[in-house]
Formats: sequence, C-alpha cells, structure tokens
Amino acid sequence: MANSKAKSGTAENGVQDPERRDFIVVATYAMGAVGAAAVAWPLIDQMNPAADTLALASTEVDVSKIVEGQAITVTWRGKPVFIRHRTKDEIARANAIDSGELRHPEEDETRVQKPELLVVVGVCTHLGCVPLGQKTGEVKGDYEGWFCPCHGSHYDTSGRIRKGPAPTNLEVPPYTFLSDSVIRIG
Amino acid sequence: MSSEKFANPVVRWIDHRLPIFSMMEHEKYHYPVPKNLNYFWNFGVLAGLSLVIMIVTGIVLAMSYTAHVDHAFSSVERIMRDVNHGWLIRYIHMNTASFFFIVVYIHIFRGLYYGSYKAPRELLWMLGVVIFLLMMATAFMGYVLPWGQMSFWGATVITNLFSAVPFFGESIVTFLWGGFSVDNPTLNRFFSLHYLMPFLIAGVVVLHIIALHRFGSNNPIGIDAKGPQDTISFHPYYTLKDMVGIAAFLLLLAIAVFFFPNAMGHPDNYIPANAMQTPAHIVPEWYFLPFYAILRAVPDKLGGVLLMFSAILVLFVLPWLDRSPVRSARFRPLFRIFFWLLFIDGIALGYLGAMPAEGIYVVLSRIATAWYFLHFLIILPMLSVFETTKPLPKSISEPVLATAKGAA
Repeated sequence: MANSKAKSGTAENGVQDPERRDFIVVATYAMGAVGAAAVAWPLIDQMNPAADTLALASTEVDVSKIVEGQAITVTWRGKPVFIRHRTKDEIARANAIDSGELRHPEEDETRVQKPELLVVVGVCTHLGCVPLGQKTGEVKGDYEGWFCPCHGSHYDTSGRIRKGPAPTNLEVPPYTFLSDSVIRIG
Repeated sequence: MSSEKFANPVVRWIDHRLPIFSMMEHEKYHYPVPKNLNYFWNFGVLAGLSLVIMIVTGIVLAMSYTAHVDHAFSSVERIMRDVNHGWLIRYIHMNTASFFFIVVYIHIFRGLYYGSYKAPRELLWMLGVVIFLLMMATAFMGYVLPWGQMSFWGATVITNLFSAVPFFGESIVTFLWGGFSVDNPTLNRFFSLHYLMPFLIAGVVVLHIIALHRFGSNNPIGIDAKGPQDTISFHPYYTLKDMVGIAAFLLLLAIAVFFFPNAMGHPDNYIPANAMQTPAHIVPEWYFLPFYAILRAVPDKLGGVLLMFSAILVLFVLPWLDRSPVRSARFRPLFRIFFWLLFIDGIALGYLGAMPAEGIYVVLSRIATAWYFLHFLIILPMLSVFETTKPLPKSISEPVLATAKGAA
C-alpha cells in the first residue's frame, strides 16, 4: 500500500495533484476492507448457535416426585442441572453461615425461590467438570453439598463454593414455577 | 537478493531471512506479461478465485454437515433453515461450483482458440487437464453429499461405470461402495475425499502457475514477446484488468445466488434419497452433460465408458495432434472455422445429454460424438499439414503501432 502510494503520488509520474491521488487510493482500500468484512461476517456468524439450538433453550421439570433428601439431574442446554429437595437440616446448615465470610458472598434465600427446592447448574465454576454428590454414596465434600473430583472444589448445601479453586458459587439458572409441581428452566 | 529496497524495517528483517516479500515484488513488478492480452485472459484468475470461494464456503459448510445416510439430508435442510446465514453459504457453494465450470470451460476454449497448449506450454496445458479431471471428481462427490434422489442415483450410475471393466468390474464397484450398494460407507468416503480433493487441486494449481511463469502467458496473436517493448508489468496493469473481470464475475454470481439459486440444480435433489425408487428422468449436473451424451451415444457398455473417458484423455495429447507452428486462430482461417464447429458440437452434446436417450436424440448424439473425435484425431493433424496460414506480425507491438498510424 505504502509502495503504490509512493509510486502514484510522485510528481514525475505526471500526477498533478498527489493528495487527490492518495485519497483515491486510501478510499479504494477502505471500501475493499468494508466489503471484505461484510463477506466475512456470515462465514463467522454461522458458528454461533443456530435457530434450532436456540429453540431448545428451555426445559420443563415435574418436581413433585422428588422426595425430601433426594436430588435429580436434568439436562438444560446440554448441561446438567441439579435439583435437590433439601431437608430441614440442610436448609439450616445453609443459613447457619454468615455469608460475608464466603468467597462469593450470597445469602441462601437469594439462591432459592422455595427454601426446600435448590436448583443449580451442575457445572463446577472452576473448569467445567460435573461435581459429585447427586447420588447416594457419592462424595459430597466437607460441606455436605457437592465435591468436584477434577480439582477438589467443595460446595455447601446451597451450592456455594467453600473450599478449593472454584471462583464462584454454582450458577442458579433462571427458572419459574409453572404450577406448584412443575418448573420451567430457561 | 538485496532486501535494501523495503522501507519498513520489519519487512526488511523478515525478508532477509524469508524472502517472501522479494518473491511477491518479483511477481508483481518484474514478471513480464504480453501487453496485448484481452479479457479472455481473466479466466485463469477467475478460476483461482472460484477455487478459493469453494474451499472457504466448503470448510464452513462442513461444520454443520453430517455425513450419515440418516442425517445428511436433514443436516443440509438445517443449514438452509436454522444455521445463521446457512442458506447464503450453501447457495454460494452450489452456484460457485457451476460458475467454476463455466469459467474453466471458457479458459479451456480460450486455450484451444489461441493455441496456448503448444510448445513450450505442453505441460502447462496437461496440468490444466489434470485440474479439470480433479474438478469433475470433486464436483461429482460433492453432489452426492446432500443425499437427495439425484445424489443417490448419480452416485449409483457413475460408480457403476466402473462395472464395465472386464473381469474386475464388479469387485471394483464393491470396493468403491464399501458394500453391495451405495450406502453409508460410500457417503462417508465421498465426504472425506470431497474435502481432500480441493487441496490436491490447489497443489496442481501451484504447479500450473510455476509452469505458466516459466515462459509467461500466451497472447491473442500467439507470437513470443521479443523484449521489454512487448510486455508490461503484471502490477498494476493486469491486477487492475483482473479486478474488472472479478467485479463482473462476482456480480453475475450474486445475481445467481440471490435470484436464481436453484436454476442450475435439479429439483429432484430436494427429495430424500430412496434406494427403492429411481427418478423418472435422471441427468447429471449440467457441466457433465456433454460427456454424459457421449456415454449414451454408444450402444455398448464398455465402449461408452471408454469413449467418455477418451473425450477428456484426448486433450492430454492435443499438443502433439495439432502440429501447426502457428498458435493463434487469428492466423489460421480453416482452424478458426473448425474451432467454432467444435464449440457448437460441445454445446450440442450438452443439450443432447439433457434430453431423453431415445429417437432422434440418440442419432444426433452419435453424430456429435463422432465429430468431436474427428476434430481432434483427424482434422487437427490434417490442418497442421494442409492449412495455409496468414503471415504473422513481426512483434506484438507491430500491429498495434500499425493501427495507431492508420488512425492518425
């Protein structure tokens, strides 16, 4: 570009107004760049989620069958969502701690819509593994919630990070109660 | 090579160790090109551009395509409906395939008319024929991937061509299919090869260009450049001339993509493949029609297949069939007539290939096929001996200067 400018801009080529010539050259390249960007955009944007992928972005779950103390795992956007019907004891433990001392301070009541029903995305906020603790007999970690086997993060009965490398609490997905027994996630 | 000529210190540092800028500089400014090239010399660049468009859109399409008999058709429909801009990308891929062949056919006929295949450019020409063959294989396998009715039956018919081989025919076809009919293994390997072959084409294109730059472009009057007075530098003169051709090409491509995206395809390919039901009238893509006509013209299975392949293979030996020392048809009055007859013959074969194989169409196909081979095997060698050519100008500049004087 610099080369062609220098060539076309010199007076010995018989160009009368080198600045005008420079402007034409720059304008041409700029127009070409705009065109190239316009062509590149569809080729890049096709990698974003397609319409059918976006259409699958919500999941409905009947939560009435989950008995106290039981947890189920459902799929939402290809990721596991943990739904735990917490016991009185578990709720009490979640509320016993002063949230100000936590790495990611959140009150338990801001993380639930009904205290007995905890809904969290079952993906460790460290590097994306699925923590253990859903099934009977699995390691639940030092705080009776979940334990991530990849790098040793411990979550409590509210899904908050208590120990280990994860930076934040387990994410609470957006969900609404369609009725007393059915929730829609997403 | 001194790197002093670059003002930018980073460029100078790199060029001293990796002389890519010197190479580009050399090709841009020091590669001499005959100054009388007409717009038919745009089509090499246009073919290169088509290859790039095909590779870029193809890689992107492969991100959403599924090479499985149960999912291929619906994955293509998903590309059309759900994937962001998928319809655009697929229509560009489909239509550029057709435009690629249009461009290459014009490129080939340009070479035929101006004698670009003659010494010392025989290998350049033969590499071009190799590219053409690879293109046909790639296009054929690409057409199979959407797994519509035409995909399936096209694949069945074309692979069955090899069953004409004596003794081993059936084993070869089973080998190509990976089974006993066109099925999932066939689709999988076609996808793999369809992805591979454009890169082979790109490799042969590099050889094609190396061979081209050995002696430079031929030109409309077909005589060698005698010195600097007959040539101009590639940049900016031919880069700009190519840009004009590229703009026209892209405009036509855009019209096809946005207004007539399926004009060069076949509606039957929007019906999912059905191994139990052949469509009533099965035709290949338009760019194969002349060769398809030759195949059907012969009432013998092996003969038809051999003749069809010979129609392309004869191009390999063209430099030795046409031995006339004069390259350009401008100075060969008889050759010029026969060139246009061959051109009409090619169009006629294309038309006949699209018609049903019955009645008058079969007779005409045979005449057109006979003429095709007559042209290459009898007429061209005869013309080389008997034709009286017009006197050649002394240099590329001479006729230009003469007209200039006449005008003044």
